[in-house]
Amino acid sequence: MPDKTKQMPPELKASLRAGFNEAWRKELRKSLPVKERMKIRRQKMPERKPDLRNKHFKEVNFGLAVKNALKEAQRCLDCANPMCVMGCPVGIDIPAFIKLIEAGRFNDSARKLKETNSLPSICGRVCPQESQCEAVCNLKKATGVSVAIGNLERFAADFERDSGKVFIPKALPPTGKKVAIIGAGPAGLTVAGELVKKGHKVTVFEALHVAGGVLVYGIPEFRLPNKILRAEVEYLKRLGVKFEMNIVVGKTVSLKDLKSDGYDAFFIGTGAGLPHFMNIPGENLIGIYSANEYLTRVNLMRAVDFPEYDTPVFKGKRAAVLGGGNVAMDSARTAKRLGAEMSAIVYRRSRVEMPARAEEVHHAEEEGIEFHFLTTPIRYFGDDKNRVKAMECLRMRLGEPDSSGRRRPVPIKDSEFIMEVDLVIVAIGNSSNPLIGQTTPELEVGKWGNVEVDWDTMATNMEGVYAGGDIIRGGATVILAMGDARIAAAGMHKYLSSKK
Amino acid sequence: MAKIIRRERLVPNLHLLEIEAPQVARKCKPGQFVIIMPDERGERIPLNIADWDSEKGTVTSVFLVVGTSTQKLSILRSGDEVPVYVGPLGKPAEIKKYGTVLCAGGCYGIGAVYPVARAMKKAGNKVISLIDVKANYLLYWEDKLKAVSDEFFVSSRDSYYDCKEFIPKVLKEVVKTTKIDRVISYGCTYLMYTCSEVTRPLGIKTIVSLNPIMLDGTGMCGACRVSIDKKTKFACVDGPDFDGHLVDWQELFSRRKSYFDDEIQSLCYWEKENFPKS
Ligand SMILES: Cc1cc2nc3c(=O)[nH]c(=O)nc-3n(C[C@H](O)[C@H](O)[C@H](O)COP(=O)(O)OP(=O)(O)OC[C@H]3O[C@@H](n4cnc5c(N)ncnc54)[C@H](O)[C@@H]3O)c2cc1C
Ligand SMILES: Cc1cc2nc3c(=O)[nH]c(=O)nc-3n(C[C@H](O)[C@H](O)[C@H](O)COP(=O)(O)OP(=O)(O)OC[C@H]3O[C@@H](n4cnc5c(N)ncnc54)[C@H](O)[C@@H]3O)c2cc1C
Ligand code: SF4
Ligand code: FES
Repeated sequence: MPDKTKQMPPELKASLRAGFNEAWRKELRKSLPVKERMKIRRQKMPERKPDLRNKHFKEVNFGLAVKNALKEAQRCLDCANPMCVMGCPVGIDIPAFIKLIEAGRFNDSARKLKETNSLPSICGRVCPQESQCEAVCNLKKATGVSVAIGNLERFAADFERDSGKVFIPKALPPTGKKVAIIGAGPAGLTVAGELVKKGHKVTVFEALHVAGGVLVYGIPEFRLPNKILRAEVEYLKRLGVKFEMNIVVGKTVSLKDLKSDGYDAFFIGTGAGLPHFMNIPGENLIGIYSANEYLTRVNLMRAVDFPEYDTPVFKGKRAAVLGGGNVAMDSARTAKRLGAEMSAIVYRRSRVEMPARAEEVHHAEEEGIEFHFLTTPIRYFGDDKNRVKAMECLRMRLGEPDSSGRRRPVPIKDSEFIMEVDLVIVAIGNSSNPLIGQTTPELEVGKWGNVEVDWDTMATNMEGVYAGGDIIRGGATVILAMGDARIAAAGMHKYLSSKK
Repeated sequence: MAKIIRRERLVPNLHLLEIEAPQVARKCKPGQFVIIMPDERGERIPLNIADWDSEKGTVTSVFLVVGTSTQKLSILRSGDEVPVYVGPLGKPAEIKKYGTVLCAGGCYGIGAVYPVARAMKKAGNKVISLIDVKANYLLYWEDKLKAVSDEFFVSSRDSYYDCKEFIPKVLKEVVKTTKIDRVISYGCTYLMYTCSEVTRPLGIKTIVSLNPIMLDGTGMCGACRVSIDKKTKFACVDGPDFDGHLVDWQELFSRRKSYFDDEIQSLCYWEKENFPKS
């Protein structure tokens, strides 16, 4: 993976500087002194009440109202040296989009965002801002509380969508080149959008019957409503992207077939769809799910609406979710919403090591999710029908840091105890989807089944074949998937342009 | 969307479904399956591929009506469409020249085992087909199977055929007189299990096509996990064919019953919606 201790690329620095020096920005900066800006309190995201929202699937956050967004935008100091941009994995010109909000030019703000972020309404909701842009915001250094960059991003993007004035860029004249995108997750959708705008003919092939990848089958409605994704897909269709659903590349068609069908370049964005289990006794008892299965049943197959919809899911009374990431939080909160009296996160490290977004942990706590830190299951017990009824756990303590820099959990001897559960969701991670690798032997894959790429262009070892997102990283984030996708799109465009 | 070319009742409760799916038809191999969703609110359910025509671009399955999804499929007509039809999934059956191969099928497995028998025959094996039916009028595809078999037996529990025995008894008789190099058993779980138990003491390699509950069918969810030789495998990508002697059958039986109560509720709901007077 590329070196994280990056320097700001000179082109980005120059464009930030140019924006900073625009006359209207200077005006705006003068309109309110820094001291006054620093006095404004961070505008609170309005949310549904915890004890009500944990019974249904409506979105938790309502989004900032116009007046609060304007206020929040005023907090941004429009720094000459905007650290926030350095914290953003794709280098969004953050002060520019925020100042457009302050100026009341909301649709322009959304367009500004889309210059670098194809899916701002999604990233505004799911990015871990507190450890990216907001972590290094200068205002945070000065006052302790950063600008609510994520909430503002969401505001601008939602405003544009709801205004019905989503900007459709003019596509460049057709190049006659055909591109196949494999997988309709955020990575694939981003590449599709970028390349169709360049005049290429783009077709997305997706194994499932709905586009969106993890964003539709994994992340629940209460965090990312489906209609947002549908709008993004509609937008791509309007740009001319074609979607071929229910096609498993490697099974229904191979890369080779697509090549002989006249496709000139390929993007593999098949994600990290291989769930890990712990391989402990009793793990195949009924009532023990991978998070992928549990969330897919509820979100994609709409088991929430059973029996109107046909796919069932267990509605446990005592649910344990293993893991400490976003996937675990989503699972625990879903179980609660489906009626669990107890829904608990069981995590082998402590609170500070949890990789989940801070907001999700906070929301989960508010909703009554229990947290059992420094705990790990070692086996399950079933009843006479082979349904899980209890799990034996072990207490842990933290030892020396491991390769990830987090302190390694070490079991405490004789600390076993029994936890009664009737639903267990295993959310301890996924590895890269192995299917394409298995069915395309020429493709170079690494130790973990991840496709190997040249990080400057996202090119794989096969000519014209590019990859990005979770398939090259294992489970990562939406913004990293999108960042990869943009680099890949640039690489692919260059490749296609050089090809006769 | 995939179009139904033909849906017809073969025998009571068993239907044939021929679907227009040229891409799937081009890739089909014996032993593979498809995932189908009968309507927008339906479940994604797996069905074995029982035949295909790559020129016409169609794929055929045989299914038994057991619950909501298969009920929904059983009332489709030609020209109707299903929202999801994806495949071919799973690893193909291993086809080689083994010598004498006995193909044992029952229920929907009579159809499902047919392409395997045909390929085994083509690979130069002596093929013995052994078909299990509960009663004579439940036998279908006899001619098709006979055409690819050197010998053909039926085990039936009524008096129409010579024997009145369930498949394991007949299988035991056959292996007494004929040297069998490999048994392929497709169909309901109990049939595959009993065939495996007959051949286990004799050490005849027995391949079964496991039918756990599935969801995506592409290895993403783990719903389909089965224990093979004490190791967890995902039937949709590591199988569905496995060595019957290594399968943890009790686990499979119980996991298949995971949603027993929900399934009844679902079917009642559907019947109420569609036949409000009944
Ligand atoms: C429950 C959950 C919560 C999460 N929460 C967050 C969060 O809050 N913030 C965040 O940044 N990240 C979060 N993530 C991670 C984030 O969703 C992923 O990093 C991101 O979706 C990866 O995008 P991708 O395009 O690489 O892959 P995916 O989103 O996995 O999409 C891959 C697509 O390819 C399809 N596909 C696979 N194989 C084939 C094939 N052979 N042929 C055709 N199609 C194929 C799949 O069906 C899928 O639609 C979460 C993940 C989960 C599971
Ligand atoms: C690889 C594979 C190939 C199969 N091939 C065929 C075939 O060719 N013909 C055929 O008739 N049947 C086949 N089956 C079984 C078939 O999928 C189930 O009978 C069907 O899903 C039942 O759905 P239902 O809604 O009608 O019944 P339900 O009321 O939902 O269930 C009845 C029983 O079917 C099983 N079942 C339920 N849901 C699923 C599911 N999503 N996946 C698998 N099994 C399930 C359960 O054991 C359950 O007890 C196959 C199964 C697998 C895994
Ligand atoms: S660092 Fe903070 S205050 Fe400065 S420009 Fe970025 S968001 Fe605004
Ligand atoms: S059906 Fe989901 S992994 Fe096999």
